[in-house]
Amino acid sequence: MAVVLCAAPLTPEAFKQSLGALRGRDPLIHYTVYRDGKKIDRPLGVTTQEEVKMKKTAFYGALAVAGLAASTASAATLDDVRERGVLNCGVTTGLVGFASPDANGVWDGFDVGVCRAVAAAVLGDPEAVEFVPTTGKTRFTALASGEIDMLARNTTWTFSRDVDLKFEFVGINYYDGQGFMVPRDLGVSSAKDLDGATVCIQTGTTTELNLADYFRANNISYEPVPIETNAEAQQQYLAGACDVYTTDASGLAATRASFENPGDHVLLPEIVSKEPLGPLVRHGDNDWGDIVRWTLNALIAAEELGVTSANIEELAAAPTGNPEVNRLLGTEGELGAMLGLEADWAKNAIAAGGNYGELFEKNIGENTPIGLARGLNAQWTDGGLLYSPPFR
Amino acid sequence: MTTVTDPPQGSFRLSMLINDTRYRSYTFQFIALALLIAFMAYLGMNLVRNLAAAGLNISFGFLGEPAGYDINQRPIEYDSQSTHFRAAAVGILNTLIVAFLACVTATIFGVIAGVLRLSNNWVIRKLMSFYVEIFRNIPVLIWIIIIFSIMTVSMPAPRAFRGENPDSSMLFDMFAFTNRGVYTPKPVLDGAAGWIVIAVFIASVIGIFAYRRYATKKLYATGQLLPTFWPSIAMFFVPTILVYFILGRPITLDYPSLQGFNFQGGIQLRGSLIALWFALAIYTGAFIAENVRAGIQAISKGQTEAAASLGLRPGRIMNLVILPQALRVIIPPLISQYLNITKNSSLAIAVGYMDVTATLGGITLNQTGRAIEAILLLMLFYLTISLLISAVMNVYNNSVKLKER
Repeated sequence: MAVVLCAAPLTPEAFKQSLGALRGRDPLIHYTVYRDGKKIDRPLGVTTQEEVKMKKTAFYGALAVAGLAASTASAATLDDVRERGVLNCGVTTGLVGFASPDANGVWDGFDVGVCRAVAAAVLGDPEAVEFVPTTGKTRFTALASGEIDMLARNTTWTFSRDVDLKFEFVGINYYDGQGFMVPRDLGVSSAKDLDGATVCIQTGTTTELNLADYFRANNISYEPVPIETNAEAQQQYLAGACDVYTTDASGLAATRASFENPGDHVLLPEIVSKEPLGPLVRHGDNDWGDIVRWTLNALIAAEELGVTSANIEELAAAPTGNPEVNRLLGTEGELGAMLGLEADWAKNAIAAGGNYGELFEKNIGENTPIGLARGLNAQWTDGGLLYSPPFR
Repeated sequence: MTTVTDPPQGSFRLSMLINDTRYRSYTFQFIALALLIAFMAYLGMNLVRNLAAAGLNISFGFLGEPAGYDINQRPIEYDSQSTHFRAAAVGILNTLIVAFLACVTATIFGVIAGVLRLSNNWVIRKLMSFYVEIFRNIPVLIWIIIIFSIMTVSMPAPRAFRGENPDSSMLFDMFAFTNRGVYTPKPVLDGAAGWIVIAVFIASVIGIFAYRRYATKKLYATGQLLPTFWPSIAMFFVPTILVYFILGRPITLDYPSLQGFNFQGGIQLRGSLIALWFALAIYTGAFIAENVRAGIQAISKGQTEAAASLGLRPGRIMNLVILPQALRVIIPPLISQYLNITKNSSLAIAVGYMDVTATLGGITLNQTGRAIEAILLLMLFYLTISLLISAVMNVYNNSVKLKER
């Protein structure tokens, strides 16, 4: 059992962020030194007074009793990523279409696409990503402790996660809602018929609370079976240990697609909650938050502006007639420099896996086994909710 | 001639704290204690200061707020509108249930395996050492998952019991073995008459003990050996059954039956409980078997031989001579094994059993973000329960240990 006594002068910010960090990990302590908000360049081997202090911090931090990952999340995630040369991106432990390793162990999927886009924007290389699989329970700890730089793991944006858990949701990459999947031969056509059913849920998620609310509101009973990962839930559901599996509708579609006989299972029509899923970063590093936010917006804007992976080289070669495309692709203006990135950051991000629409169609769209329609996730011009703020 | 003079009783000087061996150890102990207290105080202060700086506080107010989630195994009344405190209480009871069941079962397994390991029969002896070596050398978490997976995959789902010609059927129409757990009939008491039957049963159990005590006393006093086995059996069954039928069968059984999605009625032993219970029992049972074997082998062979030469049969030698002495060696490590079972029950989350680690330390912690408070409470709970078990077992140990007269 981890003891949460944190020794020492960790900065309040860092302490705040390591609060959720109960799974012991090596403390990651960064020595980036700031004075009056400016980074101090220092020759190797020269120790400034601040650094002595920092080293003390490191020492006391290491004393943190039994297992609390005492991490000082450095304010400059961007510098850390650059120095490391690799982006640590938290994803699911495996959800086909959203994030799962293929036969060669290469991660692929819709959420993975966001990670690759950010890596391309920051490092210029969509392959420079270290994917860290997280469960519903470990994801926030991993992000708070600095083990990952960003989390792209169909995570619902809620008030308490944003405010109380001290994270920053940078946007929404999938508008989802909680649904139910049942075997077809059960003969159930509505979630209201599920009185007395045994329901598999992933523990530590918002679905747990939505489920309790929905059944209480409809005055029907159920038996929850709490489960850690999607794979375990799938196994329990297929063995008939639970009648119903509930999670986000997109997750259900993805899970069903991986079944031997997807046609034997139906998704019930009820969607019982709003689940805006999006990537998130830690509180406190707004520069890094901006980079992830605008990379996501770049993917969305690119679809709206008709920039695809096919025509991007041509459009980025020289200024085009559309000033917004020019600003996005860096042939006009200084948007990249404002983020602290290269001028072609957005071009790299889009070229990594295509714009939002291409990512969607390739991973989870109607022509894939998962077969999700765009629905709410269409551009605002097509009646959906995707609406990128202007690049200007 | 020598005169023995006491060393001069000089007044106490400060330097004696270092130089005088009589005081030196106290000095160092005091310094060490002071440093330890200072260190702990520093950690505590630092925690409070950092929390304050982060705008957070240590508050247990969340315990009074609605939990918002449901729990499947509820020994006390609970729904999603109950408080986090009640959710923690449900978890605590679930922990205690599985710990109690596992302690009892592990003791039975352990004693049987431990005694049989010393059997003269080669097959039984080897079989038992096989059990001990296999089960104690594979981590208990693996056992929990193995048993749970086997149950899930090999047992039929409730819907296999449905239809005209079902794939599975209930055992004696009373027990249903499904991959969601085992359903057994539940006794239902019919008013006061039911309680009378229970009271009679308890009274007859007490009677059996009283009779056995009397028989022992008589044996020591007169050397006359009264029969105990058959009278005990008779006392166990006859009065209760008589009263049961005289009062018109006031206890009925509620049989489980398939209704809707699940079996309803009866008692449901969930798969997660069975997996956890059984895994803890067989795993810890292997350790207890070794304790029992050690205890028995600690009794010198002369005792057995002496008892045999008095004409005692092997069963009596074990019960009257060896085991009472062996208990002195067995009990102290047995306490540790009980503590281990209680603490290992926190692995429950692996199979979704809602113990206190899963409710308070899992979902509550996750939904409220109150990590420090939840973990402190968990530590307090496990510490308290372990100390209680330890205290109770030590009382028992004092009653069986060698009485020095």
